[in-house]
Amino acid sequence: MTQEEEKKKQRTRNLVVGGILFALVILFYLITVVKMTGTGA
Amino acid sequence: MSNTSMTDDNTAARADNQSARASDYFALLKPRVMSLVVFTGLVGMAVAPGQLHPVLAFTALLCIAVGAGASGAINMWYDADIDRIMERTKNRPVPAGKVTAEEALGIGTALSVASVLLMGLVINLVAAILLAVTIGFYIFIYTMWLKRRTPQNIVIGGAAGAFPPMIGWAAVSGDVSIESVVLFAIIFIWTPPHFWALSLWRDIDYAKAGVPMLPVVAGREVTRRQIVIYSVLLLPITVMPYFLGFAGLFYGIGSAILGGIFLFGALKVWRQKDEKSAKQLFAFSILFLFLIFAMLLGESIVKGVL
Repeated sequence: MTQEEEKKKQRTRNLVVGGILFALVILFYLITVVKMTGTGA
Repeated sequence: MSNTSMTDDNTAARADNQSARASDYFALLKPRVMSLVVFTGLVGMAVAPGQLHPVLAFTALLCIAVGAGASGAINMWYDADIDRIMERTKNRPVPAGKVTAEEALGIGTALSVASVLLMGLVINLVAAILLAVTIGFYIFIYTMWLKRRTPQNIVIGGAAGAFPPMIGWAAVSGDVSIESVVLFAIIFIWTPPHFWALSLWRDIDYAKAGVPMLPVVAGREVTRRQIVIYSVLLLPITVMPYFLGFAGLFYGIGSAILGGIFLFGALKVWRQKDEKSAKQLFAFSILFLFLIFAMLLGESIVKGVL
């Protein structure tokens, strides 16, 4: 595998991890809103 | 896993690890198993009494999916040595050298803890305990203890795959009840004939890896007989949701027909003793479980609309 290909794959992985973390932030925000407004049950 | 083979695995895997892609890490979570677990968990949530906010319902399903995936990753860490030997599993990320065994263990452990914690903090304690039991059962009881020791590995280990609808039910209702135990029982009794049908034509693969599946230890004839016995047991358990009143007539009739076809397929395996009928039963068993839970889900959606 060339260095360029290696970098490309690393970039893809970073984007995926970043995307997952961002999705978790949104999810935790929504959970907090639902729990705080008391409509969770 | 032996220490020597583990060291070899890791050296080989580490050399090639730089080529690991995001998809390899995803494959570590056994996405096909995960999809079935999410589906049965969703049905457990749908038929349970009570309501859950959509965001919380999504979170509960996410926890079930991640917890199942995490136990799959830990399973791949522990079984890397036999996965490399079997045709069916040799391309998994760890034996293929895409991900190291340590990475699989690390990812699996972190996701297991995270999914149980999130379930406990956001949903409820009962669902979190059930999820923890499921993960623990799959790793310690099935993977580490039973799988390499007894032909009953699938029978007892099948409990791990049967828990998700119970977890879904508990996420909504906060408890364990007879209805959720019946959902558990359907998958629990379905698992042995499903896997034994597969192992009837994969027995050489299992024998090569030293996994004592029933056809390897007791022979194909005994396995075929056991398939019929479990299929007979499956029929009344499958229809039980109708008799307990948490499924309607549509499900009652549909499940009886499907159970009958399953039993017919099992008898065909027993009488014809060929690979084709075993493959047909295996394929039908997947459709069977999907349709049984789809009918429960469909009825609960219709009930909600009316």
